[in-house]
Amino acid sequence: MTRITVMVDGVSYVDDVEPRTLLVHYLRESLGKTGTVVGCDTSNCGACTVHLDGRSVKSCSVFAVQVDGSEIATIEGLARDGQLHPMQQAFHDNHALQCGFCTPGMIMQAIDLLGDDPDPDADSVRAGLEGNLCRCTGYQNIVRAVLDAAQKMKPAVSARQPSTIAGGGS
Amino acid sequence: MTAATQPEAAEFGRARKRKEDARLITGRTRWTDNITLPGMLHLAMVRSPLAHAKITRIHTDAAKQLPGVIAVYTGTDLDAEQSSLPCVFPINVEATPPRHVSIASDTVRFAGEIVAVVVARSAAAAKDAADDIQVDYDPLEPVLDMEAALVDSTLVHPDHGSNKWAFFPLDSATAGTGGDADKAIAAAEADSDSIVVKRRFRQQRLIPAFMEPRSVVVDPTGEQLTMWSSTQVPHIVKTMTALSLGLPEHKVRVIAPDVGGGFGGKLQVIPEEFLSVLIARRMGKPVKWTETRSESMVSGHHGRDQIQDITIAAKKDGTVTALKGELTADMGAYLGLLTPACPAFGGFILPAIYKIPAYKFTCTEVFTNKTWTDAYRGAGRPEATFAIERIMNELAAELGRDPLELREQNWISHDEFPYTNAGGLTYDSGNYEAATVKAKELFDYDGLRAEQHRRRAASDSVQLGIGISTYTEVCGLAPSRLLGSLGAAAGGWEHASIRMLATGKVEVVTGASPHGQGHETALSQLIAHKLGVPFEDVEVLHGDTQSSPKGLDTYGSRSLVVGGIAVVNAADKVIEKARKVAAHLLECSERDLEFAQGKFTVKEANRSITIQEIAFAVFSAHNYPEGTEPSLDSDATFDPENFSFPHGTHLCAAEVDTETGRVTIRSYVCVDDVGTVVNPLIVEGQVHGGLAQGIAQALFEEAVHDEGGTLITGTLADYLVPSAVDLPQFTTDRTVTPATTNPLGVKGVGEAGTIASTPAVVNAVLDAVRHLGVVDIEMPCSPQRVWRAVQAARGAVKPVAEHATETAAGGGLGSIDAQGGAR
Repeated sequence: MTRITVMVDGVSYVDDVEPRTLLVHYLRESLGKTGTVVGCDTSNCGACTVHLDGRSVKSCSVFAVQVDGSEIATIEGLARDGQLHPMQQAFHDNHALQCGFCTPGMIMQAIDLLGDDPDPDADSVRAGLEGNLCRCTGYQNIVRAVLDAAQKMKPAVSARQPSTIAGGGS
Repeated sequence: MTAATQPEAAEFGRARKRKEDARLITGRTRWTDNITLPGMLHLAMVRSPLAHAKITRIHTDAAKQLPGVIAVYTGTDLDAEQSSLPCVFPINVEATPPRHVSIASDTVRFAGEIVAVVVARSAAAAKDAADDIQVDYDPLEPVLDMEAALVDSTLVHPDHGSNKWAFFPLDSATAGTGGDADKAIAAAEADSDSIVVKRRFRQQRLIPAFMEPRSVVVDPTGEQLTMWSSTQVPHIVKTMTALSLGLPEHKVRVIAPDVGGGFGGKLQVIPEEFLSVLIARRMGKPVKWTETRSESMVSGHHGRDQIQDITIAAKKDGTVTALKGELTADMGAYLGLLTPACPAFGGFILPAIYKIPAYKFTCTEVFTNKTWTDAYRGAGRPEATFAIERIMNELAAELGRDPLELREQNWISHDEFPYTNAGGLTYDSGNYEAATVKAKELFDYDGLRAEQHRRRAASDSVQLGIGISTYTEVCGLAPSRLLGSLGAAAGGWEHASIRMLATGKVEVVTGASPHGQGHETALSQLIAHKLGVPFEDVEVLHGDTQSSPKGLDTYGSRSLVVGGIAVVNAADKVIEKARKVAAHLLECSERDLEFAQGKFTVKEANRSITIQEIAFAVFSAHNYPEGTEPSLDSDATFDPENFSFPHGTHLCAAEVDTETGRVTIRSYVCVDDVGTVVNPLIVEGQVHGGLAQGIAQALFEEAVHDEGGTLITGTLADYLVPSAVDLPQFTTDRTVTPATTNPLGVKGVGEAGTIASTPAVVNAVLDAVRHLGVVDIEMPCSPQRVWRAVQAARGAVKPVAEHATETAAGGGLGSIDAQGGAR
């Protein structure tokens, strides 16, 4: 067992973990953060995507011991003071989900994408989401949602500053 | 009491954003794998890496010694109580389906079959122990090719005596729906003014690949045994678990919590459900099994997998005179819930939208040593639609006709409905002309044809092809008597009940079981529309056999067409009960009351009462009519008299790079007619997702087995579920020709996109390279297949014998290994 200290969705945790424990299993099983899900075992589907120190990672491909001293943001920590994150709102507004299983990872990846490229075109959105699979939507409304969120997250449009939970590291 | 507020706008047809989203976008989800119960144990399956073998010994001692391991079970331990997994629609009514074991005890019949189960205190410990179990096998010859299987040199089920399971014929001559197809084809062959076109199409094996891996939790500690399962069919699972395992049905409760997609892949009663029940019962503790993706790929049922020999005869003026479809369908190793019915179902719809004077269909169903097949989005209809839409294009090519014009010459015109097709289905309504006119316009059909001619003339290395699919399909499963006449074990009705709560809020209970469709939103809209209560005041309850005791669940585009009508009928009963109370309270005759927008109003008087106020009056029950019960609650069971028949026109423009074989969809236009629409946002979403899956069959996906029967596309690295970059922007539109067989005029939309799109794409690919001499490309039309076809047509390479390239299709991650089976 190895002791780790990690901040997850704004709460600090100290836990002893097996070295082989994946971050996603630590989140789900130790912390009860079941909003983040496991969709595959080859890191193809992206359903487990979270933010590690502001950048998206597939939490099935990170060991829990690797996040010692880091900050993790999951889908469960996005809404603030009862207000949905603009990306969550855009997914709802644009019917960008059906079964919703890929949605947490898709939203986390989409936020990271806008951190790198705040004003993408549809092709850039598609390229940025290539590592996240959805079986329900055909992606069309997901692309629409991300473009919609990009407009709404522009500082001029919204007073809300998403930078604390948008990726990009910049 | 809540004062009733009027809905802001008409609910029926309104693009409501979904109620379901709130929990799904915030991670407040209830997937089965999220469930943790006190003392819960975890199961891990040991699966056979071999497709066909005798089990000679299973070494479990080392595994049993590992920390955290509670028990290890083999088939020998559980065989006496495991019974057989059900097949409810065997098609062959003369034979008994071979016993479908949940865990093999002596023989394994497909790679991925369960041979041992580990029970441990954690999922990780269970997996560790599963890896430590060694199984000795005596390999048998695997039966892998469905046509070779018919020789019966090796039998998948020796007790059955043959690898052939069923032969299902449909003949318009004997059914009275047309002439003798064999005679008509022979006559055409002898007639210089006729043409006969024969083609063989292969429906490759597909994997449903729902995003949420399957998971089962069973808690045996209560008075009722409770099972949570990631299933489309909690009611069927409940009844079948009771029937098969001998549990009293009233002692079983099944819950489908949030379910992450299904597409037919969770329309099943699975071995892991039965094993979880048996082991939980033995342990007296809750157990959980959650599959890995690799387990899902190899052991969740597959779809499609047919060989289609299609013959069409026509006059040289293009008038079709006969159609014959001879199918061979791979059942895999066992018969699942609906395995034999899926390919046979296609026979009814193969004549599609065309007037076929003589029709014959046969389906030969075959066992092989592969994962069993069963429903996958469309289940028989995509295959049939592919066959007819491809052969119409081939006929057009042979006759030198525009394929759209040839279709129009043969289709049923809008003034010919109702129309009984050559397969015996009566289409109630349709307007193929209207959908096609709209699609052509949106697509710029004429402009793209002109560009195609220019690029052909210029010998561009990237050629343009235009693909067409003018489909119809069969939705709203299903009329119970018809199912009975075909040998199904159950009917196709659906149930709903409405509970009017004291405060005027409404609970709607449906027997449909959503897994992404948006039933909570759509059915709330229906209730708001019918009862005039606010959308927000409606709660839809589903997926728990305790709150929803009756139902036949969700598949076959039935939830609105059958389940929604049950809801509407129940609402009508609520209104009639409320009318009596309203008349009593307003001191008038029932005849003098009008009900509109949630309010009973006395005609020509300024007195009214809302249905929500009546709900409270009935709750208090101080003043209600003599001879009635103080309740507005009502339920209804709806059994449809006919199917519904969505249709539409899909047009695909594909660019094919003749140097690399790469196919790029440049534009995709579809105009679907799904009847009246409750929520256009949801309908559009269903079409998008359906298109993605149909396009995936055309271009990307294939379950490939090696020569030993190992699935080599057993991970999402090898099985190419398309990503956002692989799919185009779709242009979708609708025409509305209401169904006449239900009071809402709805037809169903869950499968239309998948059914229509596959032939549209393949027709486009072939249209791009047909002038080079390419006559066929098997699905998926991968760059390698397209490149080879172009090279072969140019005489540069020899045509490749089919399936010779299969080993090239897999990747390198190795989803299965020789020791432990799938990981």
